[in-house]
Amino acid sequence: MEEFDGEPTVTWIPGLNSQKKQMCFDWGPGEMLVCETSFNKKGKSEMVAGCPFIHIIRKDIDVYSKILRKLFNESHGIFVGLQRIEEELTGKSRKAQLVRVSKNYRSVIRACMEEMHQFAVADKDSASGRQFSSQVSILSAMELIWNLCEILFIEVAPAGPLLLYLLDWVRLHVCEVDTLSADVLGSENPSKHESFWNLPGNTQTLTELELRWQHWHEECERHLQDGTFASDPRLESLCKVLLGDDAALLEQKELLSNWYHFLVARLLYSQPTVKPMDLHLYAQSSLDLFLGGESSPEPLDNILMAAFEFDIHQVIKECSIALSNWWFVAHLTDLLDHCKLLQSHNLYFGSNMREFLLLEYASGLFAHHSLWQLGVDYCDHCPELGRVSLELHIERIPLTTEQKALKVLRVCEQRQMTEQVRSICKILAMKAVRNNRLGSALSWSIRAKDAAFATLVSDRFLRDYCERGCFSDLDLIDNLGPAMMLSDRLTFLGKYREFHRLYGEKRFVDAASLLLSLMTSQIAPRSFWMTLLTDALPLLEQKQVIFSAEQTYELLRCLEDLTSGRPLCAEPDAQQLQEDDIETTKVEMLRLALARNLARSIIKEGSLEGS
Amino acid sequence: MFVARSIAADHKDLIHDVSFDFHGRRMATCSSDQSVKVWDKSESGEWHCTASWKTHSGSVWRVTWAHPEFGQVLASCSFDRTAAVWEEIVGESNDKLRGQSHWVKRTTLVDSRTSVTDVKFAPKHMGLMLATCSADGIVRIYEAPDVMNLSQWSLQHEISCKLSCSCISWNPSSSRAHAPMIAVGSDDSSPNAMAKVQIFEYNENTRKYAKAETLLTVTDPVHDIAFAPNLGRSFHILAIATKDVRIFTLKPVRKELTSSGGPTKFEIHIVAQFDNHNSQVWRVSWNITGTVLASSGDDGCVRLWKANYMDNWKCTGILKGNGSPVNGSSQQGNSNPSVGSNIPSLQNSLNGSSAGRKHS
Repeated sequence: MEEFDGEPTVTWIPGLNSQKKQMCFDWGPGEMLVCETSFNKKGKSEMVAGCPFIHIIRKDIDVYSKILRKLFNESHGIFVGLQRIEEELTGKSRKAQLVRVSKNYRSVIRACMEEMHQFAVADKDSASGRQFSSQVSILSAMELIWNLCEILFIEVAPAGPLLLYLLDWVRLHVCEVDTLSADVLGSENPSKHESFWNLPGNTQTLTELELRWQHWHEECERHLQDGTFASDPRLESLCKVLLGDDAALLEQKELLSNWYHFLVARLLYSQPTVKPMDLHLYAQSSLDLFLGGESSPEPLDNILMAAFEFDIHQVIKECSIALSNWWFVAHLTDLLDHCKLLQSHNLYFGSNMREFLLLEYASGLFAHHSLWQLGVDYCDHCPELGRVSLELHIERIPLTTEQKALKVLRVCEQRQMTEQVRSICKILAMKAVRNNRLGSALSWSIRAKDAAFATLVSDRFLRDYCERGCFSDLDLIDNLGPAMMLSDRLTFLGKYREFHRLYGEKRFVDAASLLLSLMTSQIAPRSFWMTLLTDALPLLEQKQVIFSAEQTYELLRCLEDLTSGRPLCAEPDAQQLQEDDIETTKVEMLRLALARNLARSIIKEGSLEGS
Repeated sequence: MFVARSIAADHKDLIHDVSFDFHGRRMATCSSDQSVKVWDKSESGEWHCTASWKTHSGSVWRVTWAHPEFGQVLASCSFDRTAAVWEEIVGESNDKLRGQSHWVKRTTLVDSRTSVTDVKFAPKHMGLMLATCSADGIVRIYEAPDVMNLSQWSLQHEISCKLSCSCISWNPSSSRAHAPMIAVGSDDSSPNAMAKVQIFEYNENTRKYAKAETLLTVTDPVHDIAFAPNLGRSFHILAIATKDVRIFTLKPVRKELTSSGGPTKFEIHIVAQFDNHNSQVWRVSWNITGTVLASSGDDGCVRLWKANYMDNWKCTGILKGNGSPVNGSSQQGNSNPSVGSNIPSLQNSLNGSSAGRKHS
């Protein structure tokens, strides 16, 4: 089955003459770029007369229509509800439930139609008003088709009631039928008609009904033959109509706006107990008789005919061609799949086609700034290709606000899409770093669990501290919690900030221990040791002894470690010499301070007051 | 499909390439006027040119965006025998008010002795890496080991294709089961030139790219080549723009059957061939899910190709121009798209009173 048998649709690009120029293009997540170019003129520069245009092309998806948005939102709710109750649907109630779902879909279409109709009426004389009008017609066609499918495929109306449903269907969609029925009811034998119109519920069997109808039909025939109505050609014609005479019916063509109306009228008068499987015979002949060879069937006709022939695949195929929005075929196919109708044709094709159509529809939703969230649910309910489709689409959603980014991330995290989480957070972290928003960059790195980037951002923080003498984003660093463990550099950043906090709170002993441990545990990068040792100076020069003897020995060891490891420059330049000078001074100051502290701590620990 | 917006491009000469960024909110254009322009989409959906600068000393053939994980980075290639990497610098606040941004050149890749015809970034899981191809027949692969320092790029591989190259495509598949793969097309028109499409695969052991396949059935000059995004398939799909549009599948043959350590062998099948353009096909490109292929030809049309769920490919759309003018201002939006019937008769079928139906 191929649903693209129709001719390819042509989209006209303004300002471009295909006879003279060609086009270069690129795909985007929801749009295409197209621009005029010339492929044969490589290397030769030709001054272009006039200005080339870049065109943004979109698929003919209706996600941009405000009114249809309600359709998408509400049908999404029905769709998700249907997937969820699937397991609970059993036995007799199953059919009733599915019919209810179908009716829900149709009422959503009708609500949308009515709203659009208001706009059409309000705007009658403008181009947009006309467009609204045409959209109303298309929605009406959709509802017509869906309704018929509901009767034939979901309700599975048996012989007898089938005609009732079809009558309702025609009445609902074609107003003129009222005129005809008024005519009929106004005729000579109302009682006979009444007994016929009051069709039985469960009290009569099909055979009984058929018998009564047969009897009535014979009586009518007799009246006609006897010339009872000979005096009034209108009555005679009416009698012929009641007998299901095709020619007589066709004479009333103005009242019958279309062939399916004609079909139902024929059935009403000649085959009221028509069985579903015989429907197609009358359908084809009705179409042929009605058109009378003067025009050919149009897309809607083909769709309805396919339905009367119970060819579900053909219905879906024709709808796919006639409607360029996937909404209709996607939801209808899904519903029919739940009715186990696609599977009865061919299991493999059935399940694939449903997913194919749902994902086609969903990919249109992802182009929209808020409807993408609906698309997620559709992907979720496609077990074979839904996940990978979601993965591809969700990465492309523009992260225009933090709120949106968080929503997207939540969707990914809920589905264990770890690579997408990592990627999205990385994109945001990188953007933050480039805009020098280090706190934001750090929190995104943590969420991405990206140790390398967290290290990078932590380094930036530390560098910033060295240059400015203070930390930015203190709140964030203070509340890292277990996230601190993501990378050594990050742990160091967190602990180093803690050191400053302790110092600020005058908890010098704790601060001192922490400072020392940062070096001895190797968490501090070597490049930072000098800074740490310098930080130790104020602690060494306090009145009270803070560092113990043991700790002072450690500090000395660290200092030696640091200074001995320093490579000697072959030919130091002036600046290098100056820096070396500063370094040497610092080192000497430290040595002095440490020595003094050592002395004081030994004395303190050796004294009777204790350490 | 419909034209949502038309933007006056403002280049002083022929535009050779247009490129969307990853999210579709920025685009870049490059031209024979030797410049690149960057356009940004505003909240209201309007596009503004936020940067325009001279990039090369010859026509700029292609421009492409790096993955946003690496920041805002562009690469361009030119007739002037170089390729360049550009990075956006976050400017002063008054620049932002004026809606302008600045791009600086991070590196110039000067190894080619001839016009550089294509430049493409590798899939992001390979790091910050790009490939260029030139008329001198060499594909060069460069890497920036430190993504925070874009001025350091090293030439990692030089692949000699022996024929003048016109296009390259990285296999976007990020599955660990596939080694990095790059396809190269040649537009060499000499009759002896056989290998118009070559596929190279990276070998973990030798740490080099080795030729895996040549598509021998493609004997005409190749103008563009594109691997399709992988929706979880075990095989690859490759589209070729030559005298027609061709789509190939490449199914990896199981490793046990080939000598170990060598490049993967592939079963190659052609799944579609379309000559609807009736002329040379110059560009092919896949949409982001790899479900639709677009092609552009000498006939001035862009055609869209799609497979149904049974894998039968057909043309589903054509974009073309009949020379009718663009109306009004430099940007016009089409804000009232229709509900979705491209066949107006669906609507007419409903109203019994349409032409052809009314019988008096």
